[in-house]
Parts: sequence; C-alpha cells; structure tokens
Amino acid sequence: MRPQLALRDVTLGYDRHPAVHHLSGEVASGALLAVVGPNGAGKSTLFRGLVGIVKPLSGTIALSNLDARDIAYLPQIAEIDRSFPISVFDFVGTGLWRATGIFRGIGGKGRERIARALAAVGLTGFENRGIGTLSGGQMQRMLFARVLLQDAPLIVLDEPFNAIDARTVGDLLALCKQWHGEGRTVIAALHDMDLVRANFPETLLLAREPVAWGATADVLTAENLAEARRMCEAFDDSAAACADAVRQSRAA
Amino acid sequence: MSIYDVLAAPFIEFEFMRRALAAIIALSLAGAPIGVFLMLRRMSLVGDAMAHAILPGAAIGFLLSGLNLFAMTTGGLIAGFAVAILAGLVSRTTGLKEDASLATFYLASLALGVSIVSLRGSNIDLLHVLFGNILAMDDQTLLVIAANATVTLIVLAMIYRPLVIESVDPLFLRSVSRAGAPAHLIFLALVVINLVNGFQALGTLLAVGLMILPAGIARFWSRDISGLICIAVLSALISGYAGLVLSFQTRLPSGPAIILVAAGLYMASVLFGNVGGLVRQLFPRRHLEA
Repeated sequence: MRPQLALRDVTLGYDRHPAVHHLSGEVASGALLAVVGPNGAGKSTLFRGLVGIVKPLSGTIALSNLDARDIAYLPQIAEIDRSFPISVFDFVGTGLWRATGIFRGIGGKGRERIARALAAVGLTGFENRGIGTLSGGQMQRMLFARVLLQDAPLIVLDEPFNAIDARTVGDLLALCKQWHGEGRTVIAALHDMDLVRANFPETLLLAREPVAWGATADVLTAENLAEARRMCEAFDDSAAACADAVRQSRAA
Repeated sequence: MSIYDVLAAPFIEFEFMRRALAAIIALSLAGAPIGVFLMLRRMSLVGDAMAHAILPGAAIGFLLSGLNLFAMTTGGLIAGFAVAILAGLVSRTTGLKEDASLATFYLASLALGVSIVSLRGSNIDLLHVLFGNILAMDDQTLLVIAANATVTLIVLAMIYRPLVIESVDPLFLRSVSRAGAPAHLIFLALVVINLVNGFQALGTLLAVGLMILPAGIARFWSRDISGLICIAVLSALISGYAGLVLSFQTRLPSGPAIILVAAGLYMASVLFGNVGGLVRQLFPRRHLEA
C-alpha cells in the first residue's frame, strides 16, 4: 500500500533550534500510530509540521493524495475563545467546512450529520448550549464531534486524552478505533503507555530525535524508554550549526 | 407641547433633520454589526485607535480642498487603510500583539493629523474635524454614507463565516482554510470605512461610539451572535433618533447628544440586562433541577 505520509530527514524547530531532529519514516495508509515521548520531545511540533503550520527547517514532508488542509487536526492547546457566543451545534458544524466552504449552506443533510456526530460523542441535547458552559470533558467530546464531521483521510490528535476521565477516554478511544476500521490514518500523541500497548499497533518513540519506530511491543521496551528519558531537552543558544545540515546544504 | 411636537415635528418641518436621521439610520445599520465583531474579538479599543488613525488623511484632504467632505473621506480612507494594513502586517509577521503595533501607528497618526489641520485651519475647523456635524449633511455626503453602509453589509455577509470561525477558533480555521488572514484584513478595512462614515457625522473622537456602545448594550440582552447584532442595530437606531430629538429640543451639539443617549441605554442595560445585568445578579432566580 502507498504510504499516506513520508518524512524525509525532517528537522522542525523554532528560531533555527530543532525541536524534531532528522526524522525519517513512512506512515502507511490506514495506520493507527501512537507518538510517545517525554514533554518537550517534539510531538506537538511534529504535528504542526504535518498540518503545515510550522515549515520544516530542512527535509521534506510528503502527503500522498491529499492537501495539508484536508487533515483533521486536534491541537493540544486549543486557542478556542470559550466566551464567544456560539452554540455547540454551530461550533461542531464548522467541521463541515470542506463541504460548505465560505458560502454554501449546511442544509438538511448537514444538520442530520451534525446531529449524528453529536450523538456519537454523547452530546445529544447540548445543541443549543453555548460552548462556554461545557466542562473540560464535554469540550473534548465536542472537538471529537467536529473531527468526525471533517471526514478526513488523515486524523492528527495531539494529546487528546489529557485531563479526561476514564469513561470519556473509553468513548473517544472507541471513535479512534472506528476511524481506523474505516481505513483512515490516525496519528495520536499520548502519554499513557498501557493505553498505547493495548490499543495502538504502531508506535513512534520521539525524544527530539527518533528513538524507535515500529510495532508497539518492539518500541516500548524498558531500554528505549530509558534512552528517551536521557535525551534531555537541549536548547543551547550558542549551539553550533548542525553538521548534517551543513553537509546537506553544501551538497545542494 | 404635544408628543407630536417633540418627537415628529422636527423631522417633518426641517429638511436638515430628515437628512441627519437618514444618515443615522445608515450608520447604525452598518456600524453596529461591525461593533459587535470588534467587541467579540476584544478589539473595542482598537476601533478607537483606528478612529484617530484616519485623522491625517482627512486633514490632508482638508488642506488640499478645504472643508470638502468628499476629499476628507477619501483621505481618511487612505490613511485608515494604510495604518490598518501596516499594523496588521506588523503583528502577523513579527508576533508583536496587534494592539501594541496599532497603538504606535495611531499615536503617530493623531499627532500628524492635528499638526496638519493646525497648519491651515482655524479652531472651528479643528472642532468640526474632531466632533463632526451631522446637521450639515449635503447630498454628496449622504450618498457617500449610504454607499459605504451598503458595501459594508454586503462584504460582511461574504466574510461572515470565516470571521466567526477565526474569532472562536483561529487555529482550526488555519488548519482547514487560507481564508483567515484575508477575512481579518477585510474586516479591518470595513472598520475603517465605517469610522470614516461616522467621522462625517460624529467626528473623529466620537465616530467609534455608534459602533462600540450598541455592541456593549447588546451583550447584556443576548447570548447569541445573531441576537447580538439585531439588538446592537436596534439600540444604535434608538440612540440616533433620540439623540437627534434631544439635540433639537435642548440645543446640545448633536454628536455628543447621540452618544450620551447611547451611554444612558448602556447604563440601563448594565443594571437591568437579563444576561449578567446587576439587578439579575442581585436577585437571581431559583436554580434548576438539572
């Protein structure tokens, strides 16, 4: 099967300082991939690179058969203005953007899809509530409903289960598996290793540089995890230019 | 004096009052929805800053062709767009917050504008520029105001969806569409157009009043954005009409009279509004079962 996503020697970062360093690999179409690693390992930066918000400092990210804007992306720290007067129904409805664009109406079919998405995440009856009245878990359910409506072939979830109770995690995880069953590619950043072992066939262990990438059981070994912890968060203002990068730019 | 004499007669007897009323209606229809978005995007003071930023353009128009509102409008539009777009670009490209970059631009503009007016004009000219004169609307000015209002409503309808999404969840809009930045810049342009519009009637210092005060009033009566816009337009219309009557009967200057009426409505809303009004907070209704 053609890979959904191919990373070639990708370095992503801010102000020349790499947050993800020389990452190469492929994500198969329909994969269910967990990205794990300590805080500051570059998981969020990698995801921002995938959806095109952060441009790679070097290397390329190739998406097959889809535009970066067709990725459903759920960021870790959503910049949602919860005081904005918009109802849950309308907010979730923005997930239909690909179908509606700027001008087209939602229509009866769209309304039905929104109602079904809300039912799928257990928020039926919340349609007319303002988004400011939702609890943290309800908010996350609502965001999943929007991802559901986006109907995207590639779904990127950045730490979707942080500060969420067990029941909600169970419900939302079931959605991830449903997406996987529908042949969509799902990539999620996670911290709960037991949850990863139980549910995700493939794992990338990241600590700025990739530590291991492959079948979950092979990746989440005690040695690999210890290795990841050792690779501390380095941000040195006087760091020398990366030798690999220099070599490459000379070659180019 | 009958109610008719107070409320209707001024408009039936005097053409300048009818023109003023027409101008107020146009200003309310377009300005109030823009004000609602300014408030929801926490840009109320940005609107105020922009009002000062249009001054040098208007002043140059005044310097070139005297007290000609058409020339002053064109100048104001050019200056306002320049400041809005420069400030927008600076904040989008450097990460400096928009309010900070705008503050710099508008202070410079205000200083420049007052200097230019003082070069040639008298104090009366300066007063006119600062406070406007809605009772002296000629055909040309009225047409400019009506045209600007029409353009505003049409363009706002076109950018409504991306503008709302950008206000609630900018990162989401960025991940699905490129419409965010253009919608934001077009919105700033609409703000400028409406400030220049208000500038004719209320002057550079109060122009933003008929945009922001109605939005503030609406916040106390509705939780939903369409409701906010309707109530804002309605309260702008009421303030404009009542302000004109007040100004006619008491010889108060018209611009300040309109803004004072709006401020009165605002105070009443703060007290009695059913969304977070003080009285409602002091005497809450019993809580529900679920």
